[in-house]
Amino acid sequence: MNNSIALKSILTKEVQRFMRIWVQTLVPPAITISLYFVIFGSLIGSRIGEMGGFDYMSFIVPGLIMMSVITNSYSNVASSFFSAKWQRNVEEMLVAPVPNWVIVAGYVGGGMCRGILVGLIVTLVSLLFVDIQLHNIWVIIATVVLTSATFALGGLINAIFAGSFDDISIIPTFILTPLTYLGGVFYSISLLPDFWQGVSQANPIVYMVNAFRYGFLGISDVSLVTAFAVIIFFIVTLFTIAMTLISKGIGLRS
Amino acid sequence: MTYALEISALAKTYKGGFQALKGIDLTVEKGDFFALLGPNGAGKSTTIGVITSLVNKTAGQVKVFGYDIDTDLEKAKSFIGLVPQEFNFSQFEPLMHILVNQAGYYGVPKPLAIERAEKYLKQLELWDKRDEPARALSGGMKRRLMIARALMHEPQMLILDEPTAGVDIELRRSMWGFLRELNKQGITIILTTHYLEEAEMLCRNIAIIDGGEIVEDTSMKKLLAQLDVETFVFDIKVAATVAELEQFVEQSQEITYRAIDDHTLEIDLNKSQNLNQVFAQLNAANIEVQSMRNKSNRLEALFVSLINKKSSATKTKSQSAAVGAN
Repeated sequence: MNNSIALKSILTKEVQRFMRIWVQTLVPPAITISLYFVIFGSLIGSRIGEMGGFDYMSFIVPGLIMMSVITNSYSNVASSFFSAKWQRNVEEMLVAPVPNWVIVAGYVGGGMCRGILVGLIVTLVSLLFVDIQLHNIWVIIATVVLTSATFALGGLINAIFAGSFDDISIIPTFILTPLTYLGGVFYSISLLPDFWQGVSQANPIVYMVNAFRYGFLGISDVSLVTAFAVIIFFIVTLFTIAMTLISKGIGLRS
Repeated sequence: MTYALEISALAKTYKGGFQALKGIDLTVEKGDFFALLGPNGAGKSTTIGVITSLVNKTAGQVKVFGYDIDTDLEKAKSFIGLVPQEFNFSQFEPLMHILVNQAGYYGVPKPLAIERAEKYLKQLELWDKRDEPARALSGGMKRRLMIARALMHEPQMLILDEPTAGVDIELRRSMWGFLRELNKQGITIILTTHYLEEAEMLCRNIAIIDGGEIVEDTSMKKLLAQLDVETFVFDIKVAATVAELEQFVEQSQEITYRAIDDHTLEIDLNKSQNLNQVFAQLNAANIEVQSMRNKSNRLEALFVSLINKKSSATKTKSQSAAVGAN
């Protein structure tokens, strides 16, 4: 059995899916990000002044890109895998000799592709509003790849447990969005009182946004080593959970 | 001897406590055309679900071409092509994508997958629709798409769960021809169906399952030989009057005739009687027969009697248990 062909098939199917519905998957982030730039960057941002030594617009760009990567990598896998469960075409893979890790890697890879592609689109849109500077391209690439993998895994686990379409919107609405908004996208956590700075350190998105911001601006509220350690810890944990769930057939096999 | 399928003591109890399979044993030889029959909820789809790993078994053993699904699941799966009862493909994907991706899951390289997709789409008369999304297909086309999909990795065993449900007669017959051809090529076929005529026409061996138990497991020939009485329908060439036919029916001895209308006679023939006697009596009464056919309810009658026998046995058992408890 050639696992690389199976992996490529799942990945191709996933990319074909979000490209087929590009109006729903690729265009909205570009529009949303433009609105953020107009409102928070130009209108309100100009009154805020500098943050972390940079003008507000430059400060929020990495966070906004990361926000798009997080949302899209998560929702791609959550909706695609749940839809495959709902239409029962997930059975196409379950009856085939596809190892569980290939299923996980294929869907997560699809989510990463969308997250990274949307990240690129959003970056290009950002260039219309602000000059982007690059401090360390490798940190940017590593952060975006690892973050998209983390949230694609999260989306997969959500879809495995989901029993209805409502279930795949509850986590993004009630957990992901608050964590992202409170994850230092729009502000430096050093502005917060000590207590809330401590609380923010329990939010994994803080580490992702700061590592990403470091890649662009060379500034971060947390150490880079800690940031990558936290991201890798989440990837390993979520991958283990996803593999266990699929091996046991939770939500997939009766 | 290695069988295409070997099931022993297979049991499945669902979460709510429903016991769908109560320790069934079943073997299917390589190259067989095998029917698994049973009423709704008998355990047919659960059995297929366990074989194809869509349902986790509670107990027992399943081997596919000698490979145990507990220890060699991926190898066992590679032998099986499944045509499920319900449509289970993405409604939004074009046919070509569905087939090529499915082949990919079995490790078939893309150029070969495209070649096979073309072959099966043409054989199943779906080639013109290859770039359309699956939702644009009619019910019969969707069934054929699932057959094409199941064949993409050229499996040695094809399992079809009610493949002709809701399919018109013409299409059903062309699908029968296609399946017969596959079987001739050496592919083992296991079929569940509600159309008993379908099982009778296609299958060499048969198992009947009811209430999670196998109530009969034999060859189609032996099963049909259990029938004591066979019913024939005669179409009368020149319409006799109903009175004339009724008079004939009354006078006839040994053989039981029924006048259905002024053109149709029905007879029940048991094993000790033969058609020569029937024709002699009809000739003597100057009744000219235009055509004759076997009333195609033979297997149905037997099926109902087997199921009834089982349910009355269960009833008696539970009554005795109740009496014992008193």
